[in-house]
Amino acid sequence: MGSHSHGHHSDVTLRVNGKPRTLTVDHRRVLLDVLRDDLDLPGAKKGCDHGQCGACTVLVDGRRVNSCLLLAVCLDGCDITTVEGLAGDGEEPHPLQRAFLERDGFQCGYCTPGQICSALGAVAEAEAGHPSHVTDPALPSGRPVPLDRDEIRERLSGNLCRCGAYPRIVEAVEDVIR
Amino acid sequence: MPEPATAPGAPAERREGRLKVTGSARYAAEHPSPGRLQAWPVPAAVARGRVTRIDTAAALDLPGVVTVLTPDDAPRLAESDDATLAVLQDARVPHRGWFVALVVAESLEAARDGAAAVHVAYAAEEHDVTLTETHPAGYVPEQANGGYPAVREQGDPEAAFASSETRVDVRYRVPPLHNHPMEPHTTTAHWEDGRLTVHTSSQGSGVVRAVLAQLFELDEERITVHAEHVGGGFGSKGTPRPDVVLAVMAALRTGRPVTVALPRRFLPAVVGHRAPTLHRLRLGAAPDGRLTSLLHEVTTHTSHVKEFVEQAATPARVMYAAASSRTAHRVVPLDVPTPSWMRAPGEAPGMYALESAMDELAAELGMDPVDLRVANEPETEPDSGKPFSSRHLVECLREGARRFDWDRRDPRPRTWAEGDLLIGTGVAAATYPVMMWPSKASARALPDGTFLVRINAADIGTGSRTVLAQIAADVLEVPLERVRIEVGSTELPAASLAGGSSGTASWGWPVHEACTRLAALLGDRSGPLPGQGLATEADTAGRADADSPYARHAFGAHFAEVAVDTVTGETRVRRLLGVYAAGRILNARTARSQFVGGMVMGLGMALTEGSTVDAAFGDFTESDLASYHVPAHADVPDIEAHWVDEDDPHLNPMGSKGIGEIGIVGTAAAIGNAAHHATGVRFRELPLTPDRILTGLTGR
Amino acid sequence: MKPFAYVRPGSVEEATDAYASRPGARYLGGGTNLVDLMKLGVERPAALIDVSRLPLDAVEELPDGSVRVGATVRNSDLAAHPLVRDRYPALSQALLAGASGQLRNAATTGGNLLQRTRCPYFQDLSKPCNKREPGSGCGALEGVHRDHAVLGHSDHCVATHPSDMAVALAALDARVELHGPEGTRSVPAAGFHRLPGDHPERDTEIEPGELITAVVLPARPAGLPSAYRKARDRASYAFALASVAAVVEVTDGVVAYAGLAFGGVAHRPWRARRAEEALLGAAPTVAAFEHAVDLELTAARPLRDNAYKVPLARGLALDVLARLTASARA
Repeated sequence: MGSHSHGHHSDVTLRVNGKPRTLTVDHRRVLLDVLRDDLDLPGAKKGCDHGQCGACTVLVDGRRVNSCLLLAVCLDGCDITTVEGLAGDGEEPHPLQRAFLERDGFQCGYCTPGQICSALGAVAEAEAGHPSHVTDPALPSGRPVPLDRDEIRERLSGNLCRCGAYPRIVEAVEDVIR
Repeated sequence: MPEPATAPGAPAERREGRLKVTGSARYAAEHPSPGRLQAWPVPAAVARGRVTRIDTAAALDLPGVVTVLTPDDAPRLAESDDATLAVLQDARVPHRGWFVALVVAESLEAARDGAAAVHVAYAAEEHDVTLTETHPAGYVPEQANGGYPAVREQGDPEAAFASSETRVDVRYRVPPLHNHPMEPHTTTAHWEDGRLTVHTSSQGSGVVRAVLAQLFELDEERITVHAEHVGGGFGSKGTPRPDVVLAVMAALRTGRPVTVALPRRFLPAVVGHRAPTLHRLRLGAAPDGRLTSLLHEVTTHTSHVKEFVEQAATPARVMYAAASSRTAHRVVPLDVPTPSWMRAPGEAPGMYALESAMDELAAELGMDPVDLRVANEPETEPDSGKPFSSRHLVECLREGARRFDWDRRDPRPRTWAEGDLLIGTGVAAATYPVMMWPSKASARALPDGTFLVRINAADIGTGSRTVLAQIAADVLEVPLERVRIEVGSTELPAASLAGGSSGTASWGWPVHEACTRLAALLGDRSGPLPGQGLATEADTAGRADADSPYARHAFGAHFAEVAVDTVTGETRVRRLLGVYAAGRILNARTARSQFVGGMVMGLGMALTEGSTVDAAFGDFTESDLASYHVPAHADVPDIEAHWVDEDDPHLNPMGSKGIGEIGIVGTAAAIGNAAHHATGVRFRELPLTPDRILTGLTGR
Repeated sequence: MKPFAYVRPGSVEEATDAYASRPGARYLGGGTNLVDLMKLGVERPAALIDVSRLPLDAVEELPDGSVRVGATVRNSDLAAHPLVRDRYPALSQALLAGASGQLRNAATTGGNLLQRTRCPYFQDLSKPCNKREPGSGCGALEGVHRDHAVLGHSDHCVATHPSDMAVALAALDARVELHGPEGTRSVPAAGFHRLPGDHPERDTEIEPGELITAVVLPARPAGLPSAYRKARDRASYAFALASVAAVVEVTDGVVAYAGLAFGGVAHRPWRARRAEEALLGAAPTVAAFEHAVDLELTAARPLRDNAYKVPLARGLALDVLARLTASARA
């Protein structure tokens, strides 16, 4: 057992944006609510709470996931990166954040942190050779997958945007992978 | 040479953009609030009836549950104009999903668990939620939404139709649709020292304050409502929703801050929806394409809580010259959730039907659909006879046709195939009225050389902060960086809500005026400014809402190319292009996003979005984002938005028309017309999902 | 979601022991469906046994050439694995046609098999559902059922199984390895899920306490042509209206082997045995495919509002069979 469990609560240590955070969590509590309510990191958004919109997307051990469906108790020892942690310690936003600004890749902004985290995860996945639904099956396995617009669209389809900023988001992602 | 950022139309970057992309912009549930409680509503589980008993004992026994509000003990509310807000006031259940209790707890988990432990007994009654054209309860309302007369008639449309050489008599059906902004309706309320502070997700915090003052019988001075960042609304946050009332009640009861963040699945029942509309279109035309008769008759539903009539026949009063016409609404009150505004209420479903029928007429006549529309261009507004302040629909159609290579289109349907795909293109016109409401603004010149503009505008993603600052900088003739702007709080000069594409016009006007006055004051004086600077105010009451002798509308044209898969029935948009004539465009960057965003929602209306009223249970079956399909990235191709310059002196000092809604208007018709062109089959019920397409293709 | 205990066992045996000692326990994998259902109140476990970190995360080729996929291998990793992409393309394609990138990063192989139907009546506690509450009735039978079953349903339940992956596994003759109090056993993927019959509350043949430890794909060192195709309401991130997975081997101008399964049309991945039998030994012609698929779909009994699924499934199957045999027919 990695965490100390007592009844319906456990102690967990998460490394959030580089800082270790130890908390006692209700087993029912999902990562999203820990971030938003316990750690005052409201960048990850609650759009549906059921893995149906992607607004809560964060990176856990470098992989993009829906934080609304991850029980915090399961994440003891994990590295978590939220939109607040992308810029590092510097003042300057991450290049993808900058590209979202320049392309106007958002309107209301509520899906935006999830889109950005998801895009970073997706770019890493393609680099690691992960195919997508639109990848040509004949493409040799194990090699990086080039991201054209259809690839970006498919890979970001788990992030809904009701303002309809999709075309601009795709452009912003293209800006940083070129 | 780059244009200065203050130039009208310059693509200034969103002022709050950096906060949004870094996760620092705080929405209604995200303001630090020590001791805050969370609440979870309990929705009614019958479609009609009464609550006979609520047992809260089990819920109250759960660790963390603080209190449960029920109709028996919730704070009493005064009457308001909006009966959907009279929550927990009596035992009546007017529709499934109506809130019958609220559990307030120390944590979300406890609140949700508590809600599951509340036992509610009902006396259920027979319900009826099924809309039909011939429903016996249907009636002709006095007005449709927006204050439009329910029925207008010119000439003798029935006789004119009967004697027309070419006739189209068709019915269309638009299902209920849901706004589903990405941020669910959320409010945090806190009472402190007799003052109420509310953070809410709203398109107009001023309206929220006014309604709260009414419901809780408070002086408005004692209420502050903040809506600094709002995660979309699309009409559903144009009026306060039950989350606001419940949060205030719970804060009153507990003496602590309370957040009510509505679960996504609860939204369809309590935040309004686009009502389903059944359309009958009859178009009669002469051989040259000129309309001799136009009849658009709409049947829609409303709830028993409140009458709301989707004004879907009203665009036909604006669009085309027809010697005789009838535009009429009929509404059926059912045991359904209360419909309300959703992006371009009236125009979105109305123009879907009208513009689809125009396409059918063009086919009957053997005429190009662009030419048919041009042939029916009116000299004055058909219904009112007023002159148009500006109307460049023909220019939009022609410019769109040029950009889309419309001339290379083979007009015959089902002539373009790529493997299993059938390809087609379609066109439809768009229109949206110019609306403006009175607002106030202040402008202040500060000794450090900066300026502060204050107005309770809402920025729901439209970029209002940015464009208002541009208007101010433009008038003051200063660099944009020197203008600070504050919006989104009732602490600021009162302004109208963000709705009806009215924001920029309504707010820009007093900003323009206050800054004009300030510039004059500054021009008249020399020497340093006093410590608090120099301030001016403006109020457009009586002017922004004055009747105009002109008919004022934005116009546009949409062109779409679709591919229909004959194996799966899947229909996808390959190209989508809009051209708009919407007055002066004040920020090219954010305006393009508005237009494109509207088209994306129109794409959803055409292909993926649809909700079903469950006849047996009385609610919407597609209540979450897994089943109600808003378009995803993969559904949306590159989309082009263009505009034609329009110089209209009859609007406001900026010369602007609204742009937030016109993008959705007609887009579904352009896509539907393209689907017909691709397949040769008319599909008259939205959305064009594989089941409908396959049924249509195999039924030929 | 009621409070629950949480344990994270270090081995399969510890996991099954923990299950046995805790009434009302459930195994937790990626949680993408279980946590979703717990929030809805559909699942109310007293304890969660977190098996997601068990050492079952390998995809390995066994000496006999078969490929063993550990139960905690994430869907995205499985879809990307060279062994899977090269030898079982239908499986990779099926995984990639499901859910979203984020969900696939969390969802496990075992959990994917055990996901529950997305029938709206099953998810709504205020409505009848025989699967959720036996004897309460079926809201979908006469209700909103455009997305529901056309094959193998009963008056008690017309739900469909939502997994894409499971459809490919059924067509590929995969087997599911289970470890339970009675020891270890293996069942064919095509028989792992059940038809609803009188007991729609039982989705699968799994016994209480049994844990999925692996999925084993049969030896195909050279690979066989296989593919997955899915139709859905939006271009991505939507459940199947219907789907098909097929594997076909043509030798000497006739079909030497065929595996065909439909998704989105039944309470389980629908292995099309009658069609397969008809195909065996036949020349791979469009007429032969039509004959075989039509033979299978004569069993279809559409509900009031989902008759479109029959031509949809037919069209998908014909398309995939034709594509897989294109070179043989050339």
